[in-house]
Amino acid sequence: MITKNSPKEHRIILKYADDPNYSNRLGCYLREGGYEMLRKALKMKPEEIGEEVLKSGVRGRGGAGFPAGMKWKFLDRKSGKPIYLICNADESEPGTFKDRQIMHKDPHQLIEGMMIAAYAIQAKQAFIYIRAEFFEGARILERAIAEAKEKGFCGEKILGSDYSCDLVVHRGAGAYICGEETGLIESLEGKRPNPRIKPPFFPAVLGLYQCPTIVNNVETLCNVKHVLEMGGDEFAKIGKPNNTGTRIWCVSGQVKKPGYYEFECGALTLGEMIFDVCGGLLPGRSLKAVIPGGSSAKILRADERFVGKHKDGTDFDWGIEDIPLDFDGPMAAGSMSGSGGIIVMDDTVDIVEAMANVNAFYAHESCGQCTPCREGCLWMKKITKRMCDGDAREEDPDMLLSIANQIEGRTICAFGEAAAWPTQSFIAKFRDEFVKKAKPSKRSKNSLQLI
Amino acid sequence: MELTKETLQEIDEVVPRYPDKRSAVLMVIHLIQDELGAISDETCEWIAEKLDIEPINVKELITFYPMLRETPWGKTHVRVCRTLPCALRGSYATCQKLEKKLGVKEGHVREDGEYSIEFMECLADCGEGPVVMVDEETYENIDEKEAGKLADLLLMGKLDDSAEFVSYEKGLLSETVTKAKKSSSKAKK
Ligand SMILES: Cc1cc2nc3c(=O)[nH]c(=O)nc-3n(C[C@H](O)[C@H](O)[C@H](O)COP(=O)(O)O)c2cc1C
Ligand code: SF4
Ligand code: FES
Repeated sequence: MITKNSPKEHRIILKYADDPNYSNRLGCYLREGGYEMLRKALKMKPEEIGEEVLKSGVRGRGGAGFPAGMKWKFLDRKSGKPIYLICNADESEPGTFKDRQIMHKDPHQLIEGMMIAAYAIQAKQAFIYIRAEFFEGARILERAIAEAKEKGFCGEKILGSDYSCDLVVHRGAGAYICGEETGLIESLEGKRPNPRIKPPFFPAVLGLYQCPTIVNNVETLCNVKHVLEMGGDEFAKIGKPNNTGTRIWCVSGQVKKPGYYEFECGALTLGEMIFDVCGGLLPGRSLKAVIPGGSSAKILRADERFVGKHKDGTDFDWGIEDIPLDFDGPMAAGSMSGSGGIIVMDDTVDIVEAMANVNAFYAHESCGQCTPCREGCLWMKKITKRMCDGDAREEDPDMLLSIANQIEGRTICAFGEAAAWPTQSFIAKFRDEFVKKAKPSKRSKNSLQLI
Repeated sequence: MELTKETLQEIDEVVPRYPDKRSAVLMVIHLIQDELGAISDETCEWIAEKLDIEPINVKELITFYPMLRETPWGKTHVRVCRTLPCALRGSYATCQKLEKKLGVKEGHVREDGEYSIEFMECLADCGEGPVVMVDEETYENIDEKEAGKLADLLLMGKLDDSAEFVSYEKGLLSETVTKAKKSSSKAKK
């Protein structure tokens, strides 16, 4: 139950999303002061906007948490090639469902954020790469762009200025790897989405059509609007140093009230999120494990202690409930906040089944370019599946770990790590369960099937 | 291969949006697949010619992307989310219930072509799992029991007007853009 002291949501990005008097049409957006920041932006120098974004400290919301202002600074402006802006709206990390809300419920906020960002980096053209399962989402964005164009908020000579930038919605076709930014770029070029080798060249130097390109997540780009509204310094006061602004956390799995919740970074702990905001666990259950940042993040065991030193030298000693929800908290606990997808598992979950489910995902989604990833993911799936089917072999837990260790660090893109980390952390933390399952056994009749 | 005038027009609208024609290929494939249900070799050739690329450049996409098809799904295509958050809420039971009710195994099309089921990876609505999509609409919290009811309504042709099952799309606080087009429903057999 929500107690009196339970932390309050602080909605900036989702301020209007669920307001019954608000719709996804332009009229509503304008009524609430929409596109005023774009107007303001066009009167500024592009570099000034970049400076504000840098000062704001806003970090990418797509997974890696890289500061947006810094990424923009890496843009190659000397080559004279056209610059492109891409919004990563692939939202494919299991456990994540925040960009869905923004695009379906407040599409103009994204468009305004994008047009400000596009002007700041002087993009020639901007794209929204949206996952194809968002059929209606793509139509909503197309309609919103048409509405915006009609009023001069994007397209030719925006709001009467000299700046023109077209915005195009591009649909994927159901592949997770299109969320990886260079896979996305390949896909947008009309090719198979095989991620590119980097370093040395990142999209900011050689991106779409080998031109300098910025790829940012939906939530990141929405934040740009609010940075401009508040000013970089004011924005940086929200949250904590190095963890500025709000974050939309997506909670799924076995809690009473799963959902999306926007909080100031660091305003609450994982325990408060699960037990206060989400109403706690289902009746009679206890907490077993949490994956804090989408299925690629390392799993946390409910009875672990997380001990270490902060960057400023102070010590911490946390239980799982004490982990602060920001960028650095889950990282200090040995995992990551990733895309903000918190997956909660209670004591009814068979951890090997959960592992098999996750491994099946990565085996399905590997693009297949790198042998360790393609073959490793397949075998991790096969082994965990056979463990659940009662055909386990004694050596399976060690074999699994060995495969995961041979993927990590040996692949073209970070999908390799995303696939290896779950297996490595599941086995490190629940070895006893894997060992127990390594003997042939039948699935009990009432257990929850996860594979 | 025959396409309606509207689709041809939409294709001609989409291609010039990109600095490079080849970039339009996914969007063109979507437009054609919406109408024909699948992309045949002949269609690959047509698209390739349209975009100045080789047929293999189209074919390699059809064989890579999970949502692109060489053979059509059923008239009504049901997608069930398989991934962990939904599974933790019972999506395996949901899928099995739907298989039983609709008379077709996941990954397959019913013999009469009416229904097909696909067990999909995360549909980005994990807070309301198990998630089931019927054609282009998303139904939330469809556990085994709800799946039975949903399937019954679907079989009676009453799901669309049901007050009990309102899709995420219909529940948005604005009229939906176009009444959700039914992908694959126009599939010619
Ligand atoms: C396998 C993989 C999948 C990814 N999926 C997504 C995704 O669905 N959405 C997203 O915004 N970023 C995703 N990313 C991160 C992007 O590569 C990229 O870092 C991000 O879009 C940058 O935007 P940001 O700096 O605003 O976070 C993924 C990364 C990897 C390695
Ligand atoms: S790591 Fe996996 S997904 Fe990434 S490029 Fe290699 S094979 Fe493809
Ligand atoms: S796991 Fe089912 S929608 Fe994400």
